[in-house]
Amino acid sequence: MSDAQKSDPGLYDYAPYRGRPKIKWQDGKTCAVWVAPNLEYYELDPAVNPYRKSWPKPHPDVVGYSHRDHANRVSHWRMAEMMTKHGFPGSVSLSVALCDHIPEVVEDANQRGWEFFSHGIYNTRYSYGMDEAQERAIIEDSITTVERATGQRIRGWLAPALTHTPRTLDLLAEYGMDYTCDLYHDDQPTDVKVKSGQLTAIPYSLEVNDHYGFFIYNMSPRDYADTLIRQYDRLAEEGAQSGTVMCIPLHSYLIGQPHRIGPFEAVLEHIAADGRAWITKAGDIVDAFRKQAGGVL
Amino acid sequence: MSLDPSYLDYPKRRRGMDHDYYPYSSLFDRKPVQWPDDKRLLIWPVVSLEYFPMVPNDDPFRAPEHMQTAYPDYRHYTAREYGTRIGIYRLLGAFEKVGAKVSVATNSVIAERYPQLIADIVSGGHEIIAHSTDMNGTIASGLTEVEEKALIEASLAALEMATGTRPRGWLSIARSQSFNTAKLLTEAGVDYMCDWVNDELPYAFQTDAGAITNIPLNHELSDRQIINVQQQSVDSYAEQMMDAADWLLAEAEHYGGRMMPMHLTPYIMGLPYRIGSFEKLIADLVERTDIGFARGDTILDSWMAQQ
Repeated sequence: MSDAQKSDPGLYDYAPYRGRPKIKWQDGKTCAVWVAPNLEYYELDPAVNPYRKSWPKPHPDVVGYSHRDHANRVSHWRMAEMMTKHGFPGSVSLSVALCDHIPEVVEDANQRGWEFFSHGIYNTRYSYGMDEAQERAIIEDSITTVERATGQRIRGWLAPALTHTPRTLDLLAEYGMDYTCDLYHDDQPTDVKVKSGQLTAIPYSLEVNDHYGFFIYNMSPRDYADTLIRQYDRLAEEGAQSGTVMCIPLHSYLIGQPHRIGPFEAVLEHIAADGRAWITKAGDIVDAFRKQAGGVL
Repeated sequence: MSLDPSYLDYPKRRRGMDHDYYPYSSLFDRKPVQWPDDKRLLIWPVVSLEYFPMVPNDDPFRAPEHMQTAYPDYRHYTAREYGTRIGIYRLLGAFEKVGAKVSVATNSVIAERYPQLIADIVSGGHEIIAHSTDMNGTIASGLTEVEEKALIEASLAALEMATGTRPRGWLSIARSQSFNTAKLLTEAGVDYMCDWVNDELPYAFQTDAGAITNIPLNHELSDRQIINVQQQSVDSYAEQMMDAADWLLAEAEHYGGRMMPMHLTPYIMGLPYRIGSFEKLIADLVERTDIGFARGDTILDSWMAQQ
């Protein structure tokens, strides 16, 4: 790969927000809203990747590990129940090893009708430094593990701990994945330039991710809830011109804490009552986009 | 570019946890817990009582909020000491007003340096939890087992000497443990530790020396996390604690007793401009008949009796 290619990976053409073709969501809805719970497994004493430390502290990182373990013991159940109560399905960013470790959580999500995409094997194993065979191995592992555990064929990918190689997107398309959650350049879906097949970048979000809200921006739970409501209101308004997408990426060990889940409920109530939201799953948004835009964006 | 082939080996990929300390368990599938006096929610105040030596130790790591400037760091040394002179008495006064008995996680050198303070805490009906020796007594991998055992014993022995009672609970500095900590605590006769934050009720934690109970002291609901780390106001802190209490009380109707940790730091919450809001918070909480305040050992004994 040349330096020029490295500098601009050429993932998509520039497409200004003004004057775009109109995307129409079903029933006149203006904003497609999808909730992306990260269902993860972090290892207590993981193998070492030379490019990134797994834990900031020496192992065992008791707070780091046990905070995340709170997800599977406590807060997943709290978060999932609330989403179901207000009619929000999940599109799950899954550490696929969770299918082996805590099948109860994966089965619960599957029974609620949620969709799964891969977030790698563990969130403590990174793609940095993988050769092609190794990266193929984790993609194939993801496909077969999720299919065995849930009967679902995964259609999407969020790189484990957001670690990529320059070939990741091409490989995803080659294996028939329909969407990636790894690109943050737009509020509408975009087709990605890949060597073969078709891959759509669906808007995910770092900015309104609960991790960013609570640990980058240090928001209180009520401030975070207010942020989500503002984000939704604006996207629903702009979506009258051409349909927008809002993703709410969650980590149950954060949003499912007792001081946060109550304020968060107000967000789901607001969006559900507004009337402009198409509350759906990632794969359905990608399908609707492809049917009409044909990948023009 | 390729990684070592072993990077794609997963020797602990199996049903259950990737360690043997405790089995998987969902909070919502367990037998409901009943607290004494028909309380539905027990609030567990834990006050961290700390002594920061003015020469910090970085081995195995420097405690959070330890000295920060070149020697002599009078700024941080004295600001932390404000907590052990003034702030702690404001907190004790606040708890006296509502009749709450609390746990005080105490560096053992506090007992040697400020025996009057320890006497006041004990005579107030509060529990002393061991919290290492001083804020240089940090634990992490790399500490030898012999060193760690000596540190735990020094802390427990000094607190037992000062209070006449061997502490039943242990809180590590920054909740940081080595792979040996739980075993060494069990061997030292400690009944419960507060370091693992993965749950909202006590649970049994297995070691090579037998079982110890972990009572989760949620780090996210601490004044240090909310006020110092996340830079939120004491009013926001109080609002978050009330939101948490409301949520847990609602859950208790269906799932049995709940507990809520309230981790406090005298040099943070004991400041004049914050303490009023805190006093109002605990007064509001104690007004509700289904909420009680409890020491860690009370929670432990009640929970153990139901297992």
